[in-house]
Amino acid sequence: METVKLTIDGRHVEVEKGMNLVEAAASIGVKIPTLCYMNLHGLGYGNGPGACRICVVEVEGRKTLAPACKTSCTEGMVVRTHTPRVVNARRTVMELILSNHPKDCLVCPKNGHCELQELACSLGIREVKYDGEVTSFPKDMSLSIVRDMDKCIMCRRCESACNELQTVGVLSAAGRGFHAVMGTPFGESLQDTGCVNCGQCVAVCPTGALSENSNMADVLRVLADPAKKVVVQTAPAVRAALGEEFGLGGQSVTGRMTAALRRLGFDYVFDTDFAADLTIMEEGTELLGRLKAYLDGDRSVKLPLMTSCCPGWVSFVEKNFPEAEDYLSTAKSPQQMFGAVAKSYFASKLGIDRCDLVVVSVMPCVAKKSEAARSEFSHDGDPDVNIVLTTRELAQLIRQFNIDFTSLPEENFDMPLGVSTGAGVIFGVTGGVIEAAVRTAYEVYTGRKLDRIDFTELRGTDGIRSATVDFNGVPINIGIAHTLGNARKLVKEVVAGTSPYHAIEVMACPGGCIGGGGQPYHRGDASLLAMRATALYGEDADKNLRKSHENPYVQQLYDEFLGEPCGHLAHELLHTSYYDRKPVVEECIYSIKNNG
Amino acid sequence: MAHYHTYILTCGGTGCRASHSPQIVAALQQAVDDAGLSDEVKVIRTGCFGFCEQGPIVKVVPDNTFYVSVKPEDASEIVREHIVMGRKVERLLYISPETGKHVPDSRHMEFYKPQMRIALRNCGFIDPENIEEYIARDGYAALGKVLRMKPEDVIREIMASGLRGRGGGGFPTGLKWKITREVQADCKYVVCNADEGDPGAFMDRSILEGDPHSIVEAMAINGYCTGASKGLVYIRAEYPLAVHRLQVAIAQAREYGMLGDDIMGTGFSFDIEIRYGAGAFVCGEETALIHSMEGRRGEPTVKPPYPSECGYKGAPTNVNNVETFANIPPIILRGAEWFASIGTEKSKGTKVFALAGKVNNVGLIEVPMGTTLREVIFDIGGGIKNGKRFKAVQTGGPSGGCLTEKHLDTPIDYDNLLASGSMMGSGGMIVMDEDDCMVSVAKFYLEFTVEESCGKCTPCRIGNRRLLEILERITAGHGTEDDLKELKNLAAVIKDTSLCALGQTAPNPVLSTMENFWDEYVAHVRDKSCPAHRCRDLMSYYIDPKICKGCSLCSRVCPANAISGVLKQPYSIDQTACIKCGTCMDKCKFGAIGVR
Repeated sequence: METVKLTIDGRHVEVEKGMNLVEAAASIGVKIPTLCYMNLHGLGYGNGPGACRICVVEVEGRKTLAPACKTSCTEGMVVRTHTPRVVNARRTVMELILSNHPKDCLVCPKNGHCELQELACSLGIREVKYDGEVTSFPKDMSLSIVRDMDKCIMCRRCESACNELQTVGVLSAAGRGFHAVMGTPFGESLQDTGCVNCGQCVAVCPTGALSENSNMADVLRVLADPAKKVVVQTAPAVRAALGEEFGLGGQSVTGRMTAALRRLGFDYVFDTDFAADLTIMEEGTELLGRLKAYLDGDRSVKLPLMTSCCPGWVSFVEKNFPEAEDYLSTAKSPQQMFGAVAKSYFASKLGIDRCDLVVVSVMPCVAKKSEAARSEFSHDGDPDVNIVLTTRELAQLIRQFNIDFTSLPEENFDMPLGVSTGAGVIFGVTGGVIEAAVRTAYEVYTGRKLDRIDFTELRGTDGIRSATVDFNGVPINIGIAHTLGNARKLVKEVVAGTSPYHAIEVMACPGGCIGGGGQPYHRGDASLLAMRATALYGEDADKNLRKSHENPYVQQLYDEFLGEPCGHLAHELLHTSYYDRKPVVEECIYSIKNNG
Repeated sequence: MAHYHTYILTCGGTGCRASHSPQIVAALQQAVDDAGLSDEVKVIRTGCFGFCEQGPIVKVVPDNTFYVSVKPEDASEIVREHIVMGRKVERLLYISPETGKHVPDSRHMEFYKPQMRIALRNCGFIDPENIEEYIARDGYAALGKVLRMKPEDVIREIMASGLRGRGGGGFPTGLKWKITREVQADCKYVVCNADEGDPGAFMDRSILEGDPHSIVEAMAINGYCTGASKGLVYIRAEYPLAVHRLQVAIAQAREYGMLGDDIMGTGFSFDIEIRYGAGAFVCGEETALIHSMEGRRGEPTVKPPYPSECGYKGAPTNVNNVETFANIPPIILRGAEWFASIGTEKSKGTKVFALAGKVNNVGLIEVPMGTTLREVIFDIGGGIKNGKRFKAVQTGGPSGGCLTEKHLDTPIDYDNLLASGSMMGSGGMIVMDEDDCMVSVAKFYLEFTVEESCGKCTPCRIGNRRLLEILERITAGHGTEDDLKELKNLAAVIKDTSLCALGQTAPNPVLSTMENFWDEYVAHVRDKSCPAHRCRDLMSYYIDPKICKGCSLCSRVCPANAISGVLKQPYSIDQTACIKCGTCMDKCKFGAIGVR
């Protein structure tokens, strides 16, 4: 490693050549304030347009102040981070931002989590000298995301997330000068664009410009309705991150979360992990079916099988690669499987009409809100999943209900839809779905017990990973991608017919669901994602049952109700179909291009 | 076989075309044909002569007779009298404002005497759409010479000439070439920056319209020196004539083997493509220009990396301005020593200026570096219009500053202008007289930069807007002493923290007018008066009762019915109703109405 020596605020420091001044300063405990800059080291993704100018510092020999985030360390550099000139410039820039920013912090969805608010506080801004024109834009919302561009500070993080990380290409700077703002293609509403609702823009937005479309009020309403039985399901990644909202970061808070949900007034507290096990039964069976057909010489079979748990990913395929739809597993996502089972099997167990049963889910994800609203996931107008909350919204509800989360006892999920195996738990992390599938598929295919349950070769944080698992002499090639930018590479191969894989797992968010758009804000701290992953693998390791097909309640569900995996009723309730959903605008451009 | 003894040159630049110069050319040709002289007299449409004040220009060569403000119907007289009879058409000759006499030829015009035309050497002399005329003037000889030299030697020659970038920055051209050459890469580009955007500037347009081959040739030379085989001209789409002539030039150059594969049998290949800009001022900034060419949003990125290292599509890219390129062939042919003998110690050669504003001779001029502002404004420019007093001259366009009486004898070069609080810029020069309000001038330029800001960085996006709003308050009579203080602070912070040169220089007009015309600012704020009577909100019309005859004309022409009175007695103006249109003052036959 080539290093350079420089001086920051009079202290000598030696750092890797090419490192920027923000990181170099941090290494000696100098925290240069930043706003637009964000670096997710581990995930090879960042945002540093050098646009906000909050991180400016004095560099000897330079005429103007330098943005620390975009200035590489060079040998002998002398840097000052808090001279009167720097401080005045920084405060002035901050005041300028605030002069074109709403002051309704107390009722902003980002109140308490806003980076702009914190920065204004730490810079000690007590008044804004400047007044004048304030930009105003119409609010826009999809089922998942609310855009309030009055609060946009042009940090461009969402643009990086949408374009570089996800390659979705919906959010981009539009307009010029004072009226420049992050816009959508042709100013369309988000829901009419190629947006797949992954929510990574929300995850990185420093202000209240992008937030989830909140459904807390809907939950409060049903909880207060005595005529409704309300069940709740919680996705695996929620338990690994919820604690962060209450000072319990880096650990799984499953028991406390269950207790909290019960205190919120849910009649039954269930686990999406149960449905994850169910998903493995269906998707695993589907994979084995396709594999067998292929090995038997049927070349028309669609391989690789691509997982379909992630609604952002499914939407990405439908909007960008409709020709690859047949490669997607027809199995519904765990959230929707749970809804379908709850509204049929469980409602009949309770002896009530499905319409009197309300299914609420808590997800690390904003795309799940849109997924639940898909018409194919409802029955006579009654959705299988009625309301979707994000992890953040759940934390908010817990606070609203005066629950002291840290002092809660650990409680268990209710029966029967609250029992899961370790395989269901790891659904929340990249590689987890396919590892769960392999655990079951292997044993079903070979008829032999696995020697080892942990497929560490499928784990990790590389954006694209591959591994070959030996199914009794048959090598099964597995591809894994997280973030849609990486997924795009794999699906392109699939469309081109050059994919070397038999099965592909995709999760749209960095790190998988643990890095979802509905999770507590990670603030660019990749180690947080690593801790969440560790928490999930730890919970898996602690379980007695770690293979989906060993889940006794899943077995019972098939025996009592569904029959065979991928059987008739299973197909009706647990599988879905996909549609070409290319945005209208893109269709138009496409047809203009092709028809002159 | 034609054997021409006389040439009739007619300006075919954009300005003169708008005044029917194509019809003049056609009429001249017709008259020559009618006179049976088509084998002896050649009618040529050239590029700009520079003397735009009195266009369209028709010049007869070899005697250099200079006809001004020519109309199509004058053509037959010019041919009949001048060509056939040998008598100059007196009434069309230029009249010297000093002597009041007709000037027989251009050599005796004060406008041309101090000029030295290197970049403009062929403008107004050759037919820009005829490569042979360019070749006849040593065109492509420099390319031929260079191709027999070592690239390093050519670069050394350019460095020795002392040529600095004419686009505004003044970076040593040879050094830029050297850096681009020394970067190892398979693919490099040469870019000609023809995104001329300063208000009132048309240096680059005139060169492209009048001598496009000089740019083609210089780009090929640059390609040879830096190791690039591809050239791109980034030109505003609002320059249709320049685009057309460049297209013609490129096509002819290809036909004559000056572009394309194996130029002049040397194995060197080079070709040029045109890219169109959509008129964003900031796209004159080289990184923004490159992003625009790449099909991305036209906005700058932080330098380093410089385009010479990482430019168009990531390849090393040498970006030079039109005028810079136009200087290259003469340097090659006449030698670095010759070029370096012109100008001042650190600024060599000549500079083209677009002289505009309140001078008698507006137009395009080229003078040696080191010429004083006084020579430019009073000798070439013929002094201030209507005998008014000189007040200031704005150089460097919206990035520059206003210079005053005390700067008139400063020799013009990069460093002197910078030291005086202005800059060379691309060569706009706008002269102001006693009637101009300097606060309004600053406001005008700031309006331009606010309009043209890309909106990427905070200081430029919001800061310049706030700066403008303060100026708007001041000129509307609402300014406070705090505003004056804040103007200074804000302007300084914007300069110190903006991302690109547009933002960094945008406050210059404000700072330089505050520096030189502080009293005017104070008058606006403290006395609520505009000394130049330009700010409508700060002035009032009044009728002097001692002079007023009570004729009632003013009250009859007043569109706001603000003037009333009794016939033959002094009238008066109701200040609350007056809209300050000035009609009454214009119409009063007795000079009884004044403004204060």
